[in-house]
Amino acid sequence: MKIGVITYPGTLDDRDAQRAVRLAGGTPVPLWHADNDIKKVDAVVLPGGFSYGDYLRCGAIAAQAPATQEVVRLAAQGLPVLGICNGFQVLVESHLLPGGLIRNENQHFICRDQRLKVENTNTAWTNLFEQDEEITIPLKNGEGGYIASAETLKMLEAENRVVFRYLDVNPNGSMNDIAGLTNERGNVVGLMPHPEHATEPGFGPDTDIATRSGIDGLKFFQSVLKALVNS
Amino acid sequence: MPKIIVEIMPKQDLLDPPGKAVANALKRSGHQDIVNVRIGKRIELHFDRPITQADLDNAKSVADSFLSNDVIEDVVAITKED
Repeated sequence: MKIGVITYPGTLDDRDAQRAVRLAGGTPVPLWHADNDIKKVDAVVLPGGFSYGDYLRCGAIAAQAPATQEVVRLAAQGLPVLGICNGFQVLVESHLLPGGLIRNENQHFICRDQRLKVENTNTAWTNLFEQDEEITIPLKNGEGGYIASAETLKMLEAENRVVFRYLDVNPNGSMNDIAGLTNERGNVVGLMPHPEHATEPGFGPDTDIATRSGIDGLKFFQSVLKALVNS
Repeated sequence: MPKIIVEIMPKQDLLDPPGKAVANALKRSGHQDIVNVRIGKRIELHFDRPITQADLDNAKSVADSFLSNDVIEDVVAITKED
């Protein structure tokens, strides 16, 4: 299975995302923002970073990129898409997911291992998790405060579209402790924390068993491979 | 140079962290009469010919769809300068 990873000018975590795909058993395909062609990949990851230096608004210029526009078109047909951090910002700016992300409430850039609760396991990227499973993956953002109108929030909650919620602390002032969302169909998922940084023993968050042994992020990439095999 | 000026502000009911930081700094430096600060954006669209009504209509469409995000911001003014 081929999983494309788009690189924009200013992207940071494209190589980590490619590595995560490989560790999960997929074949990563580097994609370039300026290309219309997304090389017939089976799924796409929009990685973290600071596309276009966060000019205008985080993710706003990347949302206009030819490769993103192609992803938006194919997402409507069911292409699995995962947006991580800046990728999540690109998804809301492309209107694949509702709402917006603003500067953290406390104005600090936050970098920590973050506990999350997985609340929706019916998406292409979370089907290997158990309902309400608690996971720990790194979080690192300056503009991760999720906001939406009262009616959008009500709709997201009613349709079970909050996929991840922050546990213990809400690091950025996100409404309803929202860390990640999905679209109606469950093929598009966006979240602020970084699953690709918790996929390999020795490089993940600390666990009760050993330091840096956390690999809770690996299931994101294994989930999409399973979803693709079953489709 | 003829230009269209688009002014964008964070929505009134939203917290504006940069504005809050500046307001706190002003208060600390003795400007007690300034009770609040909000920071927005001014974007200039330049033309090398006179600006038409169609240009202004187009600027409004671009301002709503791309230059601002209506979830978090309001376009507060679009003006023309010859």
